[in-house]
Amino acid sequence: MSTATVPAKRRSFDYKKFLANNGALVGLVVLCIALFIATPDFLTAQNLLNIGIQVSTVAVLAFGMTFVIVAGGIDLSVGAVAALSAMSSGWMFASAGLPGWLALIGGLLVGTLAGTINGLANAYGKLPSFIATLAMLSVARGLTLVISDGRPIKMPAEVSFLGGNVGPVPMPIIILVLAALAASFLLNRTVIGRSMYAVGGNAEAARLSGLPVKRILVTVFALAGLFAALAGLLLAGRLDSAQPQAAAGYELDAIAAVVIGGASLAGGLGKISGTFVGALVLVVIRNGLNLLNVTSFWQQVVIGLVIALAVGIDVLRRKTRSS
Amino acid sequence: MSQQPLVTLQNVGKTFGPVTVIKDVTVSVYAGQVQVLLGENGAGKSTLIKMMAGVYQPDAGHIVVDGKTVTLPTTRAAEELGIATIHQELNLVPTMSIAENVMLGRTPTKHGMVDRSALRNRARAALALIGLDVSVDTLVGDLGIAQQQLVEIAKALSINARILILDEPTAALTRHETESLFAVMADLRRRGVGMLFISHHLDEIAEVGDTVTVLRDGEFIAEVPASTPEDELVKLMVGRSIEDQFPRVAGKVGETAEILTVEHLTSTGSFSDISFTVKAGEVLGIAGLVGAGRTELIRAIAGADRYTSGTVAVRGRHLPNGSIQAAIAAGVGHVPEDRKGQGLVLDASVNDNLGYATLSSTAKLGLVDFAGQRSRAGDVAKKLRIRMHTIDQPIGALSGGNQQKAVFGRWIIAASTVLLLDEPTRGVDVGAKVEIYELMNAITAAGGAILMVSSELPEILGMSDRILVMRDGRLAGELSAAEATQDAVMTLAARDVDENHEQR
Repeated sequence: MSTATVPAKRRSFDYKKFLANNGALVGLVVLCIALFIATPDFLTAQNLLNIGIQVSTVAVLAFGMTFVIVAGGIDLSVGAVAALSAMSSGWMFASAGLPGWLALIGGLLVGTLAGTINGLANAYGKLPSFIATLAMLSVARGLTLVISDGRPIKMPAEVSFLGGNVGPVPMPIIILVLAALAASFLLNRTVIGRSMYAVGGNAEAARLSGLPVKRILVTVFALAGLFAALAGLLLAGRLDSAQPQAAAGYELDAIAAVVIGGASLAGGLGKISGTFVGALVLVVIRNGLNLLNVTSFWQQVVIGLVIALAVGIDVLRRKTRSS
Repeated sequence: MSQQPLVTLQNVGKTFGPVTVIKDVTVSVYAGQVQVLLGENGAGKSTLIKMMAGVYQPDAGHIVVDGKTVTLPTTRAAEELGIATIHQELNLVPTMSIAENVMLGRTPTKHGMVDRSALRNRARAALALIGLDVSVDTLVGDLGIAQQQLVEIAKALSINARILILDEPTAALTRHETESLFAVMADLRRRGVGMLFISHHLDEIAEVGDTVTVLRDGEFIAEVPASTPEDELVKLMVGRSIEDQFPRVAGKVGETAEILTVEHLTSTGSFSDISFTVKAGEVLGIAGLVGAGRTELIRAIAGADRYTSGTVAVRGRHLPNGSIQAAIAAGVGHVPEDRKGQGLVLDASVNDNLGYATLSSTAKLGLVDFAGQRSRAGDVAKKLRIRMHTIDQPIGALSGGNQQKAVFGRWIIAASTVLLLDEPTRGVDVGAKVEIYELMNAITAAGGAILMVSSELPEILGMSDRILVMRDGRLAGELSAAEATQDAVMTLAARDVDENHEQR
């Protein structure tokens, strides 16, 4: 057992292994084929662009969530932080009179700041991330209402541009692709990204090996805040205004996307590509059910079952692999 | 033996997929006897006991209890026949009381409510069986490991277990606690309980065992009396003779080359006023009872915990208090006590685990040096003979010895010259132990310095050039390798420690 005498078959492509490791992707493909057969409206350029636009917000939020979950935490505040960032951006433009581009950057900074506070509370204040970010959820949503007085605020043209088109391609899809590349690069190539896996896998072992665990955690939450702010601005750009109740409950979609994508809530596992597929699964299901005229009430039921199923299969798979 | 065994695994075999883990092994447990199961990690001991405990079903052969062939489809079925297992990882709920733990799953009720007095009484009766004198209302989490183990044994006896499987019960115990456990085992033996005992400590075999079944690579090798000399047992177990269990070759100790200097180091509540030096080429052993402050001392030197006062210097330069990064930069490497909990990220690859300490220092512009890391990890894995399928395999799948070699490997890649070892061979089998000792020799021969904490006295005596003994957070004395004996060390370590104090 311990010696390396088992001949490794590396040349031929291992389909079984590929299927087992990419369950969400296989599910997505099956889903798309089923919808293609069920309704002619699914595979139209317009609908696919719609899916792309809808997935952009969820996926960008979920990329930020991936960092947090890989590092062994959870961030419940991303939806509220998205709303706060967009609202702050609108306020800086409309009330404080900042130029539009500065207001946009200001919005991103607000999100990053909120995330940094989460990280500080978690790493240095020793609050469990669940609690720290639950508090931030409430604070950020409350501040959003305070700033806006409960009313939508018009966004500057620079933010609205994020919701527009470049030629035939919607801007949110371009942002999504850029965000995915950046997140993936960060997680796979950089020291801070690889450290996240170590911290999530075993924080004490990481610390004793000299990794700056606290700083890593703060960075992780700050990144989640930054990505949340970007998602909030994307959403506001599409609607041309910041809504006080925007992105409410989106944190759960983001967590679901990450988990469907194969990450473990125990930390140490997860990929941006998986998260992207997970977000697509959620959005395609919603889109398909809409096309099939299923009410949004039933959609919630279906989404819940899909999450349970996806994670259940994953748990089973790990169990069979480890024994 | 004319007496009928309580349980026999008769010519059993077990395969997992293509791998044969157990092949045609027979082992019996007799009433009032301690049967020892001996073999290296991976020899099939745990598979064998899992068959006896109803976790696995044998693919070949059969299980005989009281002369009747039985099947044990579940652990519950085994328990009903009186077979109970005391696992290395204890199955107790730390947040519940001793009474609740002992009666877990069988909680007595009255009118649908928990009958607290019956619960306490029955738990008390169970504790009396093993002579454990603590309040049954104590939370299990407040007990030391030794006492938790006794609670687990009491729990097993309270469900009328006649056959106890003890899976490395002494691995986490001090010498003193081990002796208390052996006293309990001797008592159980007199009362006709049959025991199957697994241990990596060869010296315990003669002390507590009756007969020894030796396994190697899943096969039955021999059944010998427990009085068989240790050399002989090792030879049977590894299939070759190991010339020297502790092959210490002292490095050239230069008189002036003090690498690690610790002065008046104090951490309130853990240790106080500790001063010593370690020279280049030297192994300094720290002996003492569990709780004497040895691990706390090592962690403070490594920067893992902050200390209250005193100084730590490497090659004359003071290290800042509580900075692991600074310690690593100064050449300090820390092999922590709990390999799985503190040393390794088990789900991560061997390659990643070897590289954590050098992740930042080898990076360029914040980008990981993947190619360089792979080649460094590959080299060190080859040098340390880490046995694995591929370097991308999760490290959790390797044996204890190979995992431990990887923790060492991390510091070799980091070119550490001061190694702080905390129980460096815990849970490591004999062959890998010797490899780790040889590695220590290589490090000191190259001018490195080693500070080693170990609860295994033979290891301290066999591998140290000098020995410090700690007692209650203070240095109780220093012995040279020449004058150190088990008795000398234990006298220093345990003086003035009365029973009650240590039991707490």
